[in-house]
Amino acid sequence: MNLLDGLWGVLDLLLVAVLLLLAMAAVLSSDRRRSMMLFIVFGLVLALVWARLHAPDIALAEAAIGAGLGGALLMATLRRDTHQQTDRFPQHPALVWGAGVLVMVLGTAIAWGLLSILPTVEQTWRKGAAVDAQLAFSGVSHPVTAVLLNFRAWDTLLELAVLLAAILGIRALGYVRSTYVTEAAFSQLAVWLVPLLILMAGYILWAGAHSPGGAFQAGALLAGAGILLRLAGYSYAGLPTARWLVRLGLVAGTGVFLLVGLGLLGWGQGFLHYPVAYAKWWILLIEMLATVSIGMTLTLAFMGGIPQKEAA
Amino acid sequence: MAGLSAINPQFLYVCAGIFLFAIGLWGTWLHAHYVRKIISLNVMGAGVFLTLIAVAYRGENLPPDPVPHALVLTGIVVAVSATALALVIIRRLEDATDV
Repeated sequence: MNLLDGLWGVLDLLLVAVLLLLAMAAVLSSDRRRSMMLFIVFGLVLALVWARLHAPDIALAEAAIGAGLGGALLMATLRRDTHQQTDRFPQHPALVWGAGVLVMVLGTAIAWGLLSILPTVEQTWRKGAAVDAQLAFSGVSHPVTAVLLNFRAWDTLLELAVLLAAILGIRALGYVRSTYVTEAAFSQLAVWLVPLLILMAGYILWAGAHSPGGAFQAGALLAGAGILLRLAGYSYAGLPTARWLVRLGLVAGTGVFLLVGLGLLGWGQGFLHYPVAYAKWWILLIEMLATVSIGMTLTLAFMGGIPQKEAA
Repeated sequence: MAGLSAINPQFLYVCAGIFLFAIGLWGTWLHAHYVRKIISLNVMGAGVFLTLIAVAYRGENLPPDPVPHALVLTGIVVAVSATALALVIIRRLEDATDV
């Protein structure tokens, strides 16, 4: 028993050491491309840390969204023509180290403050027990999904609105020059991978009701399929070619969420207070449309907002 | 070995989260190039998420608190959408200054 505990201690220290070294290297590296690669690896190690801390939902989301899509979005800013872009801190070294000491002092102060109130957390603001008590009435059996889609549905509605605002902002910027090269060899890969990704997205969405998973992870998988199609040379990345369908898909998640909320309000239930007997189906409907919207939003974000035909 | 098992994982990961926040803040503050500022900002965000999840962790035998988990899931998606918008603005800026 003691040996096992000791082993966990060693693993924790190793994970934290690798995580912190990767973060430092990603921030401090002078080569921009290397910094992006290190950031992607950092995201993958972070996914392991989430799994270690019993947060499998976040591990899935981090691997798909944080490391995967974040990395693809970062890579899309690299220019085709230049091979190496170096960014060193432009300030005098004394100033750089001074700033470093300052942020570490700030960090120590935050750590000291947080660690001194940590022992009181269990009695004061922890809401886990309240979630467990109400879980049976939420329509799903996975506590994280219950919080996201029922108890704190407001937050999730606003989050989808943030996604919508971001993609509207991206589309408002007009056409941006694509920096990636399409690769015909990818189309062989896409034939196998895209159907598999869509199937996995469907499964993860359905599984979210009772185990880790849900709309965000599923949407990220769809976006992965979209980006793969784009890189394989499909100009529309599998998105509908009709503009009104794209617009409809982008607003579907937020729109239907809002309509369900308002409908329940009109029904006399209160905003987003699902009747217990039907909660599961309302949540499934909202999650399905949210998945479509999230997938389309993230694919379009990679493509620069507006699908365009290749200038052949 | 005996000394290592005495380290409380919650303590370790809270400290790691705050260290990530500090490192990210350093880079966000000092880097001149916007893409590097965005990467550093994301490291900062990861630090905040790690701190929250470490606080939600209640040891090997108790289920973790689902509320911070939901908050962090929301946070990851909001962070990636803000990052996407910022990166497209940067691409647009570079297109505009190239011509």
